[in-house]
Amino acid sequence: MSASSDVGYHAQRQARWHYGEVAFWLIVLGCGFLFPTRYLIMTDILRLALFAMSLDLILGYAGIVSLGHAAFFGVGAYAAGLLALHGIINEPVLALIVAGLAAMVLGFATSFLVIRGVDLTRLMVTLGIALLLEALAERFSNITGGTDGLQGIEMQPIFGQIPFDMFGKAGFFYSLAVLFLLFLLARRVVHSPFGLSLRAIKNNPLRAAAIGIPVNRRLIAIYTLAAFYAGIAGALFTQTTAIASLDVFAFERSADLMLVLVIGGTGYLYGGLIGAVVFRMLQEWFSTITPQYWQFWIGLVLVVIVLVGRQRLHRWVLFVPNLIIKQVAGRKAVVAVPESDA
Amino acid sequence: MTAILTNLFDGVAYGMLLFVLACGLAVTLGLMNFVNLAHGAFAMAGGYVCMVLVNRLGWPFFAALPLAFVSAAAIGIVLERTLYRHLYTRSHLDQVLFTIGLTFMSVAAVDYIQGSSRVFINLPAALQGQFDVFGVGIGRYRLMIVVICGLLTIALQMVLAKTRFGSRLRAAVDDPRAASGLGINVPQVFAFTFAFGCGLAGLGGALSAEILGLDPYFPLKFMIYFLIVVTVGGSSSITGPFLASLLLGIGDVAGKYYVPKMGPFVIYTMMIVILIWRPNGLFGRTAAR
Repeated sequence: MSASSDVGYHAQRQARWHYGEVAFWLIVLGCGFLFPTRYLIMTDILRLALFAMSLDLILGYAGIVSLGHAAFFGVGAYAAGLLALHGIINEPVLALIVAGLAAMVLGFATSFLVIRGVDLTRLMVTLGIALLLEALAERFSNITGGTDGLQGIEMQPIFGQIPFDMFGKAGFFYSLAVLFLLFLLARRVVHSPFGLSLRAIKNNPLRAAAIGIPVNRRLIAIYTLAAFYAGIAGALFTQTTAIASLDVFAFERSADLMLVLVIGGTGYLYGGLIGAVVFRMLQEWFSTITPQYWQFWIGLVLVVIVLVGRQRLHRWVLFVPNLIIKQVAGRKAVVAVPESDA
Repeated sequence: MTAILTNLFDGVAYGMLLFVLACGLAVTLGLMNFVNLAHGAFAMAGGYVCMVLVNRLGWPFFAALPLAFVSAAAIGIVLERTLYRHLYTRSHLDQVLFTIGLTFMSVAAVDYIQGSSRVFINLPAALQGQFDVFGVGIGRYRLMIVVICGLLTIALQMVLAKTRFGSRLRAAVDDPRAASGLGINVPQVFAFTFAFGCGLAGLGGALSAEILGLDPYFPLKFMIYFLIVVTVGGSSSITGPFLASLLLGIGDVAGKYYVPKMGPFVIYTMMIVILIWRPNGLFGRTAAR
């Protein structure tokens, strides 16, 4: 077997749907029916999962460290809020896409700034962009409502058929549908030759350029796509909560997002989804112990994760599942976090 | 005209304060290449120590200032020896996550111990009010800041340029391997420098309570300012960050006075433009390490 067809073979095997993945999505869907009293928090988790998936696209696959991903979330949130508030686009799905596109335009425009320079410059520039947008939103308070946020947003029924109910049932299944569709798209993208070239860039940009990958164009493309995802997550936030306030741009949001992804692991798309569940549960748990100071424990989790080492931690967590798979299936374990370091 | 001069003076005082706060970060971030987003936490620690000493225990302000320095430096050296040193060789992402975690912890801890409202340090009467020099209003407190920070800057420059420790530090930064080959204890030099930077931040925190405001969110609020000073100023010398701080201080004060509506907008735009134009900072070396 020649080397090139070998690569193709492995890439195709990787891209195939595993039983585990099908089971995962069935469980998620099942949760929707099992816990009818918990729609609000479950919707929150779905939104966070989508947002984390967006960061995973650039961090886990392209290796771009961003401290200001909330910028796109915020733009999506405000776009969706303004569209609904002024009745420009009443249909939620259409408004969702338009909000995503708005974030995408910003992502495209700022990607030129981000691809320049090294890690440190990127950190600063992404952070700066998010802060800049926050300052702008505060400045133009006649449009954004300033610190009070956008108020009085009323959402029209989805497709003109399904109204948003006060228990959040419609919101949950709407968010789940959006998350699943975008997940399918992301899955397709990362397993395509385009996705493979991104990994090459992440591992070594210089070599990637040497074998003919247009590094900058690929990075711009994935950054723009990630901005679209984050914008959709933000729009979902506004549509399901009917609020958009300045804190959508907050630094804490970007920082929490990092933690979500670090808990879940980067570079296999499910990291954001799993991380979102764990993060929200941790947050709930901490805020029941110490309502006001849960941030302390979140910080402690971050410090411990880094000190123990992310890879080692993931190995520990996956030790038992791998053992079971080895015993049952009698073959080499398949549950593994593929990417090592971001 | 006099209003402009007063603003200029306030800007200089503000800038000098920022320099004292951020110059420790210039060493860790710029020279040791360690992304320390928790730098503001050390400043906050110094500020709160000073507040407790002056307000609760009745110490004189000028006696509390050195203690703010010492306590922040002590916290710095403990953390450096136990936690930070394991992370020098790790990826930037790990360093960012770790220091964000530390910042969150410090914010919540101070909130828990001292409450979330802004605190003030009781100043001696001699430092309050202002006097006129040829019609230009000069705040006594700000004048003191300019004097203290100016002296500190000169002292730092002298230490770096003239003393044996300064040359050791520069050698350790330029090439750690060669430096340790020459018998310089590189980890020790770094630890000492880190602690000294934290101490300066603590001193800055104590001084800044009056001007910047001191509350548990201090590390998050001013993180971006410290980062701007270092990234814009570059790391080749003390003068780069110093000039950057002055520029930032004057720009910020003038911005708030003349275009209050635009707020921090001007500063962030300036930072992004400068970073795009010169990724290694205005006064940086061309080859980043």
